[in-house]
Amino acid sequence: MQRDYTNEILELIRRTSSSLPKDVEERLRASIEKEEPGSAARGALETILKNVELARANSTPICQDTGTPIFYVHYPEGMSTRKLREQIRAAMAEATKRSYMRPNAVDAIYDKNTGNNLGGDDFPYIHFEEVDADQPLVIELMLKGGGCENVGRQYSLPDNSLGAGRDLAGVRKVVLDAVQKAQGQGCAPGILGVSIGGDRGSSYIKSKEVLFSEIGARNPDPKIAELEERLTKEANELGIGPMGFGGKTTVLDTKITGMHRLPASYFVSVSYMCWAYRRRKMTVKGEEVKYD
Amino acid sequence: MREIPIPISDEVIRSLHAGDPVLLSGVMMTGRDAVHKWMHDTFIKKTRQPQGNDLRVYEEIKKILDHGVLYHCGPVVSGLDTKEYKFVAAGPTTSIREEPYQADVMRHFNIKGVIGKGGMGAKTLQGCVDTPGVYFHAIGGAAAFLAQTVQKVLGVYKLEEFGVPEAMWVIEVKNFPVVVTMDAHGVSQHSTLDERSRKVLDELLAQPY
Ligand code: SF4
Repeated sequence: MQRDYTNEILELIRRTSSSLPKDVEERLRASIEKEEPGSAARGALETILKNVELARANSTPICQDTGTPIFYVHYPEGMSTRKLREQIRAAMAEATKRSYMRPNAVDAIYDKNTGNNLGGDDFPYIHFEEVDADQPLVIELMLKGGGCENVGRQYSLPDNSLGAGRDLAGVRKVVLDAVQKAQGQGCAPGILGVSIGGDRGSSYIKSKEVLFSEIGARNPDPKIAELEERLTKEANELGIGPMGFGGKTTVLDTKITGMHRLPASYFVSVSYMCWAYRRRKMTVKGEEVKYD
Repeated sequence: MREIPIPISDEVIRSLHAGDPVLLSGVMMTGRDAVHKWMHDTFIKKTRQPQGNDLRVYEEIKKILDHGVLYHCGPVVSGLDTKEYKFVAAGPTTSIREEPYQADVMRHFNIKGVIGKGGMGAKTLQGCVDTPGVYFHAIGGAAAFLAQTVQKVLGVYKLEEFGVPEAMWVIEVKNFPVVVTMDAHGVSQHSTLDERSRKVLDELLAQPY
């Protein structure tokens, strides 16, 4: 009999929604010092950090938009994904009842909120990945806010209006354009997930997948790592600032990944993650469940 | 920081300028996509017949919104079973989605302040000048902190029909922090920053890789 993980997943959801990961909090804290004392930018960052502490202490959502729940499940060979899916869905409904999650699943055709964060087969979004039988079960969860999702962009290169060709120089141009167009609307300071290649669908999915890695984790390819650093630096020169109040902190980090593409296509997808960068992981090894 | 009680007079509104941080206290109402569309279609453009309790709700919210404040917020609310409502999370949502409706809604209900995030466009800016009113920018995502400024939930309209995040919640707040980013003099901090950042972008794009 496969163990029932519903309660453990519920705890994963609670932690994800109410407790911002340390690496994100530290990066936000470091940004305060860069903003002028008394500025709206600094005030915004200070309020954000007070909010982070309050949410953690009270187990309440960091942001009222508890976002699209995106689960990545790495399950050992032989485990039933059908059961895991049921347990994730049961945990999601319970988390909604307990106000860890806001009811966020709205039928797009009939405009009706299901009230429990369960809608069709795709809400919550669950991706399964099989690992060896002796490996632990790992469930990762990201909550992706709607405001920042709306400022995400996809470009088909070449983009003549930006003078962006099919190379890294072109990628740099369109990513900076995406940040400029987003202004503060994605709840800046944001984190950029960028994917190069793929088709329209796979490209967007990858641009979210890279956001599961920690702040400061660089792409192993030095060429891409350099572009990641450069984009963060240049995006901050735009002066958009927290909430678009103006200031030095617009983007906290950039993560880029490459895919294969058809010779005919060259997509660049930019997923913008707001400062409420909620992602957590649970690892099950035998009886032990570890959260980080 | 300047403290402003709600309801707000035209005089106070005209004294506010883009960039001013203020603290709001008093009664306000939440409203987002479903509410704006409902107000606009049913009572302003009248392309949809009033149904159910529409007319009664309309009469009641008119009183709340006159010289009042409308907050673009989809809260997380506890106590739904017992009706002892409490705001658990109450940050602003993206305002630009209401751009097609906002100016008309402001003028129709004589709304003095719209709170949200991300700013709004030229139509709403004109609405701010006409009404007169202002756009207040709240700290996006600071939901737990902002929920603490909600002293009391006074009531809710269209909860069944629109669902929790989209319903009209009437709340009493104390020292709710915002920044004026669009004022009644036609100044939008959002356009200023948009232009400024576009210039920087052009310079960056001109640099070699
Ligand atoms: S973009 Fe993020 S921080 Fe802003 S309202 Fe949405 S979820 Fe919250």
